Amino acid sequence: MTCFSRRAPKGPGTLLLAFGLAVSMLFAASAPVMAADPDPADWEAVLSEAEGQEVFWYAWGGAENINAYIAWVGERVKEDYGVTLTHVKVSETANVVARVLAEKAAGRNEGGAVDMVWVNGENFASLKREGLLLGAPWSTDLPNYALADFENKPVLTRDFTEPVDGLESPWGTAQLTFYYDSRYFGEGQTSGPPTNLEALEAWIKDNPGRFTYAAPPNFIGTTFLKQVLYGLVQDRSVLAKPADKATFDRVTAPLWDWLERIHPNLWRSGRVFAADTTHLKTLLSDSEIDIGMTFNPGEASSAINEGIFPDSVRSFVMDYGSIGNAHFVAIPFNASAKAGAMVVANFLLSPEAQARKADENVWGDPTVLSYGKLSAEQKALFDALSRGPATLGAAELGATLNEPDAFWTEMLDAEWSARYASGS
Amino acid sequence: MLRLIPIAVLLLLLAPIAVGTAIVLLAALGWAPEFNARTTNLEMFSAVLQAPGMWHSVWLSYWVGLIAALVSLGIVILFVAAFIDTRGFRLISAAIKPVLAVPHAAAAFGLLFLIAPSGFLVRLVSPELTGFMRPPDWLIVNDPGGHAMLAGLIIKEIPFLFFVTMAALPQTDPRRAEIATSLGFGHIWGWLISVFPAIYFQIRLPVFAVIVFATSTIDVALVLGPVNPPPLAVRVLHWMNDPDVSLRLTAAAGALVQLGVTLAALLSWFALEKLVAVLARMATLRGWRFQRDHLVAAFAGGAISLSVGLVLLGIALLLIWSFTGMWRFPNLLPDSWTVSSWNTQGANIFETGRRAFIIALAAASFSLVLVLASLENEYRGDIKINDLTWWVIYVPLLVPQIAFIGGLSFLFLRLGIDGTLWAVVLVHMVFVYPYVYLTLADPWNAFDTRFLAVARTLGKSVNRVFWTIRLPMLLRPVLASFALGFAVSIAQYLPTLLIGAGRQPTITTEAIALAAGGNRRLIGIYALMQTVMPFVIFALASLVPRFVWRNRRALQVGGAR
Repeated sequence: MTCFSRRAPKGPGTLLLAFGLAVSMLFAASAPVMAADPDPADWEAVLSEAEGQEVFWYAWGGAENINAYIAWVGERVKEDYGVTLTHVKVSETANVVARVLAEKAAGRNEGGAVDMVWVNGENFASLKREGLLLGAPWSTDLPNYALADFENKPVLTRDFTEPVDGLESPWGTAQLTFYYDSRYFGEGQTSGPPTNLEALEAWIKDNPGRFTYAAPPNFIGTTFLKQVLYGLVQDRSVLAKPADKATFDRVTAPLWDWLERIHPNLWRSGRVFAADTTHLKTLLSDSEIDIGMTFNPGEASSAINEGIFPDSVRSFVMDYGSIGNAHFVAIPFNASAKAGAMVVANFLLSPEAQARKADENVWGDPTVLSYGKLSAEQKALFDALSRGPATLGAAELGATLNEPDAFWTEMLDAEWSARYASGS
Repeated sequence: MLRLIPIAVLLLLLAPIAVGTAIVLLAALGWAPEFNARTTNLEMFSAVLQAPGMWHSVWLSYWVGLIAALVSLGIVILFVAAFIDTRGFRLISAAIKPVLAVPHAAAAFGLLFLIAPSGFLVRLVSPELTGFMRPPDWLIVNDPGGHAMLAGLIIKEIPFLFFVTMAALPQTDPRRAEIATSLGFGHIWGWLISVFPAIYFQIRLPVFAVIVFATSTIDVALVLGPVNPPPLAVRVLHWMNDPDVSLRLTAAAGALVQLGVTLAALLSWFALEKLVAVLARMATLRGWRFQRDHLVAAFAGGAISLSVGLVLLGIALLLIWSFTGMWRFPNLLPDSWTVSSWNTQGANIFETGRRAFIIALAAASFSLVLVLASLENEYRGDIKINDLTWWVIYVPLLVPQIAFIGGLSFLFLRLGIDGTLWAVVLVHMVFVYPYVYLTLADPWNAFDTRFLAVARTLGKSVNRVFWTIRLPMLLRPVLASFALGFAVSIAQYLPTLLIGAGRQPTITTEAIALAAGGNRRLIGIYALMQTVMPFVIFALASLVPRFVWRNRRALQVGGAR
């Protein structure tokens, strides 16, 4: 059927024919026209503007249960508010920041591709720093924000030390939680999973190839570095603010020593690392590793319900506290459907959506709402939820460690890459 | 009107690449006013080369690309030399056909499910032979040396090179090999020195296209390739997508380094060509006859069967995983089966599949129209295609996508047409047109034009003759080239991702987005759908002519000419 066959030519021709065209087209951008942004204080106006809008929500798409939850949100906002929600599945949220940045650079001040983005930490800090977010504070004026537990949960108002300033709306909270297959712990061995760094190091040494973490800059990988760092530093207060390179080197030296000691006994001898939380989950369900980690305390139970984990899986946390934070949704400055995005953000904060999110049969992501602020009916939604065998109770989850300053995050990523991502 | 076609084609094929590369080049030199960069210097290049592990990335891209081409070409040529006109040859020809339609990403996923330590092959012998109750801690996939990625490339390049070789065969003289054998040369060696040079002369450009693709692959690398550090093209993609503005310029410089690496691989290939020619001439002059070639034949036959088998078995595994509930190691088959993955994904499969279908249908149709117009223009104007034109048609296959798609997406953003379906279709056409042209040109030109002359003398207009004689009689190759164009469009990852701005997710971009998380059930579903869509079109393309011409024996496959 085919014929690619031809006499082979002798040399390539000139390929720069359209060069002039390129340069002339490049700078032919249209002038921006700004429309007034919707104001959530006038909620009725937002609702009527939102009706019929199509919202493109850029959100990490690597987990089936979360995707299913987002699809459910889409059905509900269509039903109640006439908003069409499209989940744009992204593999790294940094790509979305880059996208909005490119649009700003190209002078597209309205009609942007991204209407809403699932974000926190460095990416939020970047969006804020580069002026890529919807300008006026909006999230605190959402009707359902009043139900959020911002008084008692500092992670809702400071995102990785960066003040939220009403520029993103809280969606869920997270705490670094480890999970393990209890069949391989206990009997005969040291009882139970390793809950401090010494025990973890000893366990890794005794069980070569059965532990790994995700490669930074993936967020769960970076979080693991911070968690270990917290367990090794003398003075934790140094992590709360930026520092210079010398301080960084001095403070993190024990961390790199610790990693050097465990790496030879990691999965694949530490030459390859997991990609993200879903990959860790897959590795445990394949019995390739015995301990995994996640930001979602309900994840292990949720995976048992899905039939991905055996029901012998349990959770644990480090005894010196766990890194905790919150995740949010934000609206870019040039979003095409700002009102629609606000309606979706507000729906995500509703007791109905939050209770469903906290359900381990659905997702198992902890709520941002304050139980005390809810009505009896709303409380009933949360009371109906059962806690799976692999989920820790509030007391067992232990203390929350604050995210270190963004300086530490960036430096840890860079230093880790320089040490372990150079292919030597 | 028809005479404007060559200009339109030239614009379609060269303008996006030239413009895209130009923008990337300017940015790499530090001239990107949109990022407040207006200098020109080589800072970015040194930033690229000083990035941790950069030389390893560069080396990976270079050697994997070169070896992938060398091994796949070697296997194909040795197989053809050893088995041509045998039953085994016909068997492989039939089995390899569906493999050609399998997108690279789907083949890579299938291979992943086979060879991973918790994959099918280890399960097959566990625990009976190995004693493994848990998967062994073996570094097979994502290995820093890139061997898994190399294997993934080879199993997909073999079918491609096999097909181009098949297409070149009819234009060579098989009697030469018979004469060589009668002079006492070994079967394989005789064919290699008498027939192969003429064939290689014709398949050189496709081989170059393989080198270019393999040195700059992204989808195969994301599935099977090293991660710390990944091959160069993947790193460029990461820079391109970094929230840090300054890395955009690094990405541009990285894209040009990629261009250089690809070029270096091509230059090495030229040197290799010379070396092989010298060695072969020496061996011939000394009268070496290499008569005992059974081992070589067995190797070639074994290698090509293995490669086809791996892809087909991989596709079967995709199917199994898509219906899997729990599948514990070391069980050979899933512990529980479920349709729940298909149920939850149903709406999204439909949505992204439909979009991929529309894009592919449009890109393949428009390309086909352009190709028909080009060919008809050549016929009417009695134009002979020269070397330069062949290079032009091959340009989209000879420039790494990562080197210009980034620049192009910025241009489209500037023009306000990025993220639209038609922008994606337009860019797909750049890659679809060459394949459609290259598959249709020969059957079209081989057509016996006396049919047309007879019709003309009976008073039919030149247009009428085209529509009522040539096009219907060539229905089979026309539809076949359309099907290949469709398959090429379905498999496009980078252009769909960057030009579509994430707003045009297709079955292929979904499959790759899911790869990172490693949820095998979902990967199974999406990679399978990615394979099924082109397959159905290929099947239709071969069935429709059979049905339309059911009452025209001479127009059936194998019918008298």
